[in-house]
Amino acid sequence: MRRAALQALWSHWRRHPLQLATLLAGLALATALWSAVQAINAEARASYARATAQLGVAALDRLEAPGGPVPLARYVALRRAGWQLSPILEGRATLGDQRLRIVGLDPLSHPPMPAVQTLASDPEALPQMIAQGGLMLAPPDLAAALRDTPGLPMVRASAEVPPGMVLTDIGVAERLLHREGQIDRLLILPDQPMGLQPLDRLAPDLHRLPGREGADTARLTDSFHLNLTAFGLLSFAVGLFIVHGTVGLAFEQRRAMIRTLRALGLPMRSLTALMLAELVALALIGGGIGLVLGYLVAAALLPDVAATLRGLYGAPVAGGLSLRPVWVLGGLGMAIAGTLATGAGSLWRGAHMPILAAPGLQAWAERAHRAARLQALAGVGLIAAGLLALWLIPGLIGGFALLAGLMLGAALLLPPVLGLILTLGRRLVGGVVGEWLWADMRAQLPGISLALMALLLALATNIGVGTMVKSFRLTFVGWLDQRLVADLYVTARDDAQGAEIARWLAPRVAAVLPLREAEFQIAGAPAEVYGVVDDVSYRDHWPLIRHSAAGWDRVLTGQAAFVNEQLARRAGLWPGAEVRIAPGWALPVAGVYSDYGNPSGQVIVSIPALLAHARAVPNRRFGIRAGALPVADLMRDLQTQFDLPAAALIDNAGLKARSLAVFDKTFVVTGALNLLTLGVAGFAILTSLLTLWSLRLPQIAPVWALGLTRADLARLEIGRSLALALLTALLALPLGLALAWVLLKVINVQAFGWELPMSLFPLDWLRLLALALLAAGLAAALPARRLYRLPPSDLLKVFANAR
Amino acid sequence: MRVRLLLALLSLVSTLIAAPLRAQGYAGLGSTAAQGFATPERGVPLVFPRDHGPHPDYRIEWWYLTANLTGPDGTPYGIQWTLFRSALAPGEARGWQSPQIWMGHAAATSATDHHFAERLARGGIGTAGVKTAPFEAWIDDWRMAGDDGLSNLTLTARGAEFAYDLRLSALGPIVLQGDRGYSVKSADGQASYYYSQPHYRIEGTLTLPSGPVTVTGQGWLDREWSSQPLAADQSGWDWFSLSFDDGARLMGFRLRGTRGDFTSGTWIAADGTATPLSPGALRAEPLEWRTASGHRVPVRWRLTLADHDLDVTIAALNPSAWMGTRFSYWEGPVTVSGNRNGRGYLEMTGYD
Repeated sequence: MRRAALQALWSHWRRHPLQLATLLAGLALATALWSAVQAINAEARASYARATAQLGVAALDRLEAPGGPVPLARYVALRRAGWQLSPILEGRATLGDQRLRIVGLDPLSHPPMPAVQTLASDPEALPQMIAQGGLMLAPPDLAAALRDTPGLPMVRASAEVPPGMVLTDIGVAERLLHREGQIDRLLILPDQPMGLQPLDRLAPDLHRLPGREGADTARLTDSFHLNLTAFGLLSFAVGLFIVHGTVGLAFEQRRAMIRTLRALGLPMRSLTALMLAELVALALIGGGIGLVLGYLVAAALLPDVAATLRGLYGAPVAGGLSLRPVWVLGGLGMAIAGTLATGAGSLWRGAHMPILAAPGLQAWAERAHRAARLQALAGVGLIAAGLLALWLIPGLIGGFALLAGLMLGAALLLPPVLGLILTLGRRLVGGVVGEWLWADMRAQLPGISLALMALLLALATNIGVGTMVKSFRLTFVGWLDQRLVADLYVTARDDAQGAEIARWLAPRVAAVLPLREAEFQIAGAPAEVYGVVDDVSYRDHWPLIRHSAAGWDRVLTGQAAFVNEQLARRAGLWPGAEVRIAPGWALPVAGVYSDYGNPSGQVIVSIPALLAHARAVPNRRFGIRAGALPVADLMRDLQTQFDLPAAALIDNAGLKARSLAVFDKTFVVTGALNLLTLGVAGFAILTSLLTLWSLRLPQIAPVWALGLTRADLARLEIGRSLALALLTALLALPLGLALAWVLLKVINVQAFGWELPMSLFPLDWLRLLALALLAAGLAAALPARRLYRLPPSDLLKVFANAR
Repeated sequence: MRVRLLLALLSLVSTLIAAPLRAQGYAGLGSTAAQGFATPERGVPLVFPRDHGPHPDYRIEWWYLTANLTGPDGTPYGIQWTLFRSALAPGEARGWQSPQIWMGHAAATSATDHHFAERLARGGIGTAGVKTAPFEAWIDDWRMAGDDGLSNLTLTARGAEFAYDLRLSALGPIVLQGDRGYSVKSADGQASYYYSQPHYRIEGTLTLPSGPVTVTGQGWLDREWSSQPLAADQSGWDWFSLSFDDGARLMGFRLRGTRGDFTSGTWIAADGTATPLSPGALRAEPLEWRTASGHRVPVRWRLTLADHDLDVTIAALNPSAWMGTRFSYWEGPVTVSGNRNGRGYLEMTGYD
């Protein structure tokens, strides 16, 4: 009996291969996007964890001198007082043509660390690292690039070292960074002897900073991952709409079969178990396909995500994807849970169906009508809760709570609002057909509303995210024009060559602008302090968003400083405030400038002021205003004259192109996810319409009998679908703009530390509207075609079957 | 003679970052040639106070003090204070560029407790080192300091659970081990420079988790430096420094090798006169084995030395005196009974 029942169940899918394909596709899509996002997030998090574990120190307290290095003698004195401390020297340097982060540590006192631990198996490595000229550990790609650079210590590849970083002995680091005898921070090791003098007595001038609970990068990038996860969940939900539609349809169509099977003596319990097993099997197949797709999507997107994270946050993420068992199990689990959740209603209805009862569409619609009021209330409540959350919860979480409340609330509000519009519309039109059309749309609404909600969310997300990205890009391009004041940027091999280049250039070009930089601790985090010279290009173009009177004059005479927007927002350093750069060096803030794409704080002072407070500031980078000289000639001359590598010279246009390329790459992922979500929503509409199709015959048959042709009915079918999509798209527009506003004014400020002006792009809206209509039209085409081809006898049968 | 140090310091190179790599092949280290380092030569006279200081051209060196102490109620204690120097390359340089690495081990042992601590430091920057005129050896806040002749020293160290602050005065002369300080370590001729000051009388304070205790007792300082590793077949050693009640002392060791054991040592008469033992004269036989921190080690020995009519049993005060440092080994105070009685220290390495 069970075997026969299975055959009967399976025969349904055999007779409806398209339905089976739709169900599997829905499942696969939902799982794919969700798992892709999970894989990307997991990979990025693993990279951060590696970076943190690499230094193995995130949780340790540390000692720092505010604004400057800790002298070596200080470290020795503290150790001789018994304190167990480990020194770290860190900075950025250009080795060969690679700009990278150098971390110098003392492998003897440093807590165990994966990268160096791998050296332990090699007795030659440590002597090489400490004595014998030094050893640098670098990630494989960097190691390969550095190996050919003359004059560097030996390089060894280690997959444990985060991208863009070189790990080496502190003795090597101080040479590479030109910071002999300096230490940036002292890690306070966990095991200390008894009876120590307290640090605040031994070293009152050093600040003891608590260990971080999580890595900084994790905090910084939380917003990005939240964003991705939100996208993933959205796609998953939209995919489940499809599953819901198909499973519902399959149950409706199999009611007769279920009745027959039960009449033949199959217990309902066995039948339910069989259908449950069927659902799980489908979920496993669909989920499996989804996992493969998800892996491919993740692998395709990851390099861009890595570029984004590096570019926007300075968070190191490797470009390779590894397959994690947790991820596979999680993906399949989500697929099964989602399928069961969406199929449960149908299963339950089937299980509680009186054995001889016939289905009634009207009853369903009635129930939906009662639910509509509740739904409207819930929608308004959710939006209100989101607003309340933004007000109550500070920071990113509040912003995302607002987003979630707004989106979910709006989705819930959609059916009641559409219902209202349709009711109003019905009053406006005259004619029997028109009135029927509106009423019929209204009756269809409960069945298709889930799909329309999916469409609303997809459209609004598209509008919102698209507006944010485009506004950002517009601002970014304008900012690049202002910020890149020089025609050509050149990096010398060392200070001596730098001086030589500056001398050589001086008589030939309009201006040589030295770019000198040192790292300081400002407001508890590392910040770059740049020294600049007086030049008209700075005064005319620098992208100041706030400034006070005679700002440039005061900065260039060493009386004030400009800070970037990130630092200003983080530490509250607006004009009128004072920025403490180092002990005994505080300057009033004369202005704030926008500094997109920079993860850290930045301060601009005059070069003499910088040199007075920082030692060993390299003098190797210059901006050049070429004046009348063609930039290409200048580049060629510089290259031959000083034997510079090509990477040491970059012109304004090249830099701009490179910056924009990084920018565009950043949002490739967003764009791709956007499109995928929209596609899934279109698919959801199709499946909903297909589900409704079989239920609608009893309603269409009387209209046909009253004289409308099947061609008329098919046209009206498509028109109805288009009208619903159009209404949804129109409602999605304000929601999308609200979303964009929240992203630009709340999320961006919290996540990146900058606020962006919002621009509107109506052409994009039109394109989206067209896309939505196309999706709805295509989705309705199949049912319409069926209607058109429907033998009149089938329509007649409706009356024959009527009770 | 502290052969372990050869290995400890050489394997330090590969172990100081990682978890202890005890199992790493000793033989591999033993066969490494001492490239660029000076090697000990027979007949070179030791000159003091110069040779109390470091010899950076030699690969390894240590200042090694062990002491048997007694509390006011007669409770026996033992302490260890060791500073090892290991050169990654010969010579000295300033700052982080120095190729010298320093390692400190300190321990306080009673019959029931064993506390130990470890320190690692780079040479060249001042966190650890040894200098003469006046003599000072230090790593972090651990310190052994005093006059040029090493006849009066102060000694301090502390860990998370123990500390000591002791004053040492030498009651006898410095003893040159082996052939006027040239000590042979294997049948193949590996050797080190080696001298001792075994005559310290000690008083001071030992602080344990239960509180400070006033202690008195006797101490033994070993100084040794070399560049030559062990013979390839040697895998571990047992080392004894014993002070008998009649004033005589014995330093003896057994190197365990696949080609047979190599034993040697020095008999020190009560007046400080030192007589090298002929190879093989000392016989050491384990009597009882116990497990300390997962390692099976002999904790009772029979020691016989026919030349000096010695037949004694050596018993560990605390069989659990395992030094769980990066390079781990057993080291603790022992009591001597038999045809002579006394106290001393035992060190055992290479017991997996």
